[in-house]
Amino acid sequence: MTTATATPPPTAGKAMRTVHFRIKRCDGPGKPSRWESFNVPIPANSNVISCLQWIAANPTTADGKATTPVVWESSCLEEVCGACTMVINGKVRQSCSCLIDEYAPNDGDTVTLEPMSKFPVIRDLWVDRTRMFAALKRVKAWVPIDGTYSLGAGPMEGPRASETRYKLSECMTCGCCMEACPQYHLQADPAGWETSFIGAAPISQARLFNDHGTGKQLKSERLEALMGPGGINDCGNAQNCVQVCPKEIPLTESIGAIGRAATVEAFRRFFMAK
Amino acid sequence: MAEQRVIVVGGGLAGLAASVRIAEAGVPVDLFSMCPVKRSHSVCAQGGINACNEVARQQGYSEYQHFDETIYGGDYLADQAPVLEMANWAPRIIDLLDRMGVPFNRTNEGRRDLRLFGGSLFKRTHFAGATTGQQLLYALDEQTRRHEDDGKITKYEWWEFLWPVLEGEGSDARCVGIVAQDMRTMQIRAFRGAAVVMATGGNGLIFGQSTNSVICTGGAASRCYQAGAWYGNAEMIQVHPTAIPGADKCRLMSESARGEGGRVWVPRKAGDARTPKSIPDAERWYFLEERYPKYGNLVPRDIATREIFDVCVNEKMGVGGGNMVYLDLTHKDPDYLTRKLGGIMDIYEKFAGDDPRFTPMKIFPAVHYTMGGMWTTYAPGSYTPATPHGEHKPGMVPPVDTEVGRGMAYGDPRNMSTNIPGLYAFGEVNFAYHGATRLGANALLSCIFDGLFCGVGVVNHVNDAGIKPVEDVPQSVYDAVVRQEEAKCERLIASAGTGDGPAHNAYIIGKEMGEVMTSASTVVKTEKGLENCLGKLDELRNRYANVSLSDTATWTNQALSYARAVGDMLVLAEAIAKAGLLRKESRGSHYRTDYQDRDDENFWRASVSRFNPQTGKADVSFEEVKAGLVEPRARTYGKQANEDKSENKQEVAASAS
Ligand SMILES: Cc1cc2nc3c(=O)[nH]c(=O)nc-3n(C[C@H](O)[C@H](O)[C@H](O)COP(=O)(O)OP(=O)(O)OC[C@H]3O[C@@H](n4cnc5c(N)ncnc54)[C@H](O)[C@@H]3O)c2cc1C
Ligand code: SF4
Ligand code: SF4
Ligand code: FES
Repeated sequence: MTTATATPPPTAGKAMRTVHFRIKRCDGPGKPSRWESFNVPIPANSNVISCLQWIAANPTTADGKATTPVVWESSCLEEVCGACTMVINGKVRQSCSCLIDEYAPNDGDTVTLEPMSKFPVIRDLWVDRTRMFAALKRVKAWVPIDGTYSLGAGPMEGPRASETRYKLSECMTCGCCMEACPQYHLQADPAGWETSFIGAAPISQARLFNDHGTGKQLKSERLEALMGPGGINDCGNAQNCVQVCPKEIPLTESIGAIGRAATVEAFRRFFMAK
Repeated sequence: MAEQRVIVVGGGLAGLAASVRIAEAGVPVDLFSMCPVKRSHSVCAQGGINACNEVARQQGYSEYQHFDETIYGGDYLADQAPVLEMANWAPRIIDLLDRMGVPFNRTNEGRRDLRLFGGSLFKRTHFAGATTGQQLLYALDEQTRRHEDDGKITKYEWWEFLWPVLEGEGSDARCVGIVAQDMRTMQIRAFRGAAVVMATGGNGLIFGQSTNSVICTGGAASRCYQAGAWYGNAEMIQVHPTAIPGADKCRLMSESARGEGGRVWVPRKAGDARTPKSIPDAERWYFLEERYPKYGNLVPRDIATREIFDVCVNEKMGVGGGNMVYLDLTHKDPDYLTRKLGGIMDIYEKFAGDDPRFTPMKIFPAVHYTMGGMWTTYAPGSYTPATPHGEHKPGMVPPVDTEVGRGMAYGDPRNMSTNIPGLYAFGEVNFAYHGATRLGANALLSCIFDGLFCGVGVVNHVNDAGIKPVEDVPQSVYDAVVRQEEAKCERLIASAGTGDGPAHNAYIIGKEMGEVMTSASTVVKTEKGLENCLGKLDELRNRYANVSLSDTATWTNQALSYARAVGDMLVLAEAIAKAGLLRKESRGSHYRTDYQDRDDENFWRASVSRFNPQTGKADVSFEEVKAGLVEPRARTYGKQANEDKSENKQEVAASAS
């Protein structure tokens, strides 16, 4: 009995089928892209990551040439960290939750993997989403607490309000909403970030913190950042973002809420200025 | 004195809490992580975080009882004073997280909601849906970003820690910085730091498939151990009872599923082929409820894991004859489940294909948490009872008031320092709080507590005028470590194309290590099994000496980083298996079929592994546990023989509401 392992063996008996992977590869910034294919055996419960792991251990292309392991980014493997986002069969999503039995149910089916196109490629499927984290600074996505000393509880909040904030707070900075957005463009140069369209996720984060009892202290600064170039006015309301968000965050609702708050803020400023 | 900086390695809860606390005290922080910190493993935590609270308090609970449960849960292997201090701080930590904006679940009146968790009869677990870790990590990530915006924290994301820089030899050594590598450019460089805080998490990947993130290799801890830091209770590895087995990892079904009423069962008839819903209640075997009427499905993890293992492997009663039992929530209202457990309901549906609101989940145990870790010390606080107490029962007056500062001395630079001055270990990477088993929802607490409480000690260490400033350490000390690490990389790159296929493939070596460690060094251990395991590890190390890389790129070479980690994991695996072999007793998660009882006489001691550079292996000794506050008692959780099952049921129902 000591030989029993904590994981059951893969379903025995069934012959293992093969899925064909077409992967867009690139050796580094400024290098040309190329396609490589791999035939990957598919045990039960396979997903795109387990297939990439198999390729890493067996880096030989479908036509028998030795190659290098494919590079990709991942961490949690349960669709909660956002790291492994890529374009799979033309659609942006997390690769760890992409089950092969759903995406490629038959022997010999093809799965195509590409890096996201709105962020600079580091290597192969790994892209640099630093711009998304910079955007969180731009909208001051934090609660300005008085420090970490013991000062009692935070503001009381009803269950409805906390459930709304919880939903917004599930954003894992994955970038699907940017990849799908017609207004969001690749911008490799950090100097351009401040004036390019910021995308749906940080707008929704601004709403999250504006809705918090203490967070709202920075509301007018957040709105100011979103009223300038690259802010809320650049959104064309195409609603692609909300359709691809894996966490089903109500992005268009957030964009609407921030739009209205920005209008009120503009009026307020106009009359205060007089 | 020039500006003193602190290096924090790791951007999970422990590393971020430390960074925020240290930066707030005015000391600049350089923060290193192998991933953007917001994607750290802490994001996976589901169920919640424990703290005494007003409702539980009025039902007879107290910080002291939280402490008592943690010590009992850990089977008395943890030093007691730090645990007391942590339990005392827990309510303030929840308040602080609340102020940071964590969207904790709320009651109608707008107060923080609570749930039941393993190892306690009181509701003392605070939660944000079923993604509590994500929400806590984000709150700390936001505060970190705020300090980054002020210029007090500098992030080095996608940088891998390679080795600590030590000045001096043997017991005179102190830590003065680190050497790290940019995972994109592959540049290797040294960083000076007046103190280094390791907050690099657990080592689940040593066991192959686990519930951990892919970064949790234990590589960083192993490197510190090889450089001379001691490693405590290596053999104490938690196997979580309820996970979904997968091809790449085992996805956790949080204990909160049982906390919210989930029941574990198998059909009474072995191999019963009916669908679970069509099996009537009388023909289901709720084995945990039957064997543990007091705690039922909420016995601690090691116990639930062993019972599931026993039912499947020994009694061959698993679902469909396989290694699988049902975890059933279908008797609960689907909307309630969505509200309280939405995150994990989605995970199950996504990865297993069935909706657990309507179909019982199929689960099996998986490696989950590293109780052991880098050995750390502390400065005791003022609370020292004349004689240790017995069991703390609900409603008893705590023998200590709930003032902060009773277990550990606040601000003392020794708190959670390793044996190497200047080198600290916070969070899952240390061995301090959870003894031989961690109770659910205590890990997030210990991580944040370390950062906030022990972070102050780091600041005091850095400000100690009696210590030679790091800017006076000769550059040659740093250069030597940089050269050592560059040489390792060059050797690995040069290995490409050599070697004998699978035998020298790092991925295959890693896989074989995971298999042997899981089968010999987790749920059930024996002398023979562990000896074989050590033999296999020797074989793997020999093969690893000729490991051959499949990628020679000098840009973003992940194969190199992984292969290097496998070498370090093999070293740590040896300590884990050896300490398990030498601990000839059963305690908490460590269960030896050849020594089934706890042996306080010989083994109420922490195992301490010291790396021997001559042999490349662990010298293991057993050292005194600093107890003194509570007396050990048998850890049975009221296990019943087959008769007189329903003792306590009434009492429990009344006190646990
Ligand atoms: C699925 C799951 C669910 C859980 N649920 C709960 C729960 O409900 N309640 C609870 O209390 N606990 C829970 N736990 C346990 C808890 O999540 C962890 O113990 C805790 O998050 C560990 O935090 P940490 O800060 O110590 O390390 P981690 O969050 O693991 O962070 C480690 C950091 O170190 C960095 N790092 C590692 N190696 C290197 C290196 N070589 N160089 C540079 N950086 C490095 C990583 O990039 C990362 O930033 C759960 C664990 C799992 C696996
Ligand atoms: S609604 Fe705005 S943010 Fe969303 S996809 Fe359209 S343009 Fe982009
Ligand atoms: S809003 Fe949704 S799609 Fe956009 S980054 Fe956040 S989680 Fe991803
Ligand atoms: S690896 Fe975290 S979302 Fe896929």
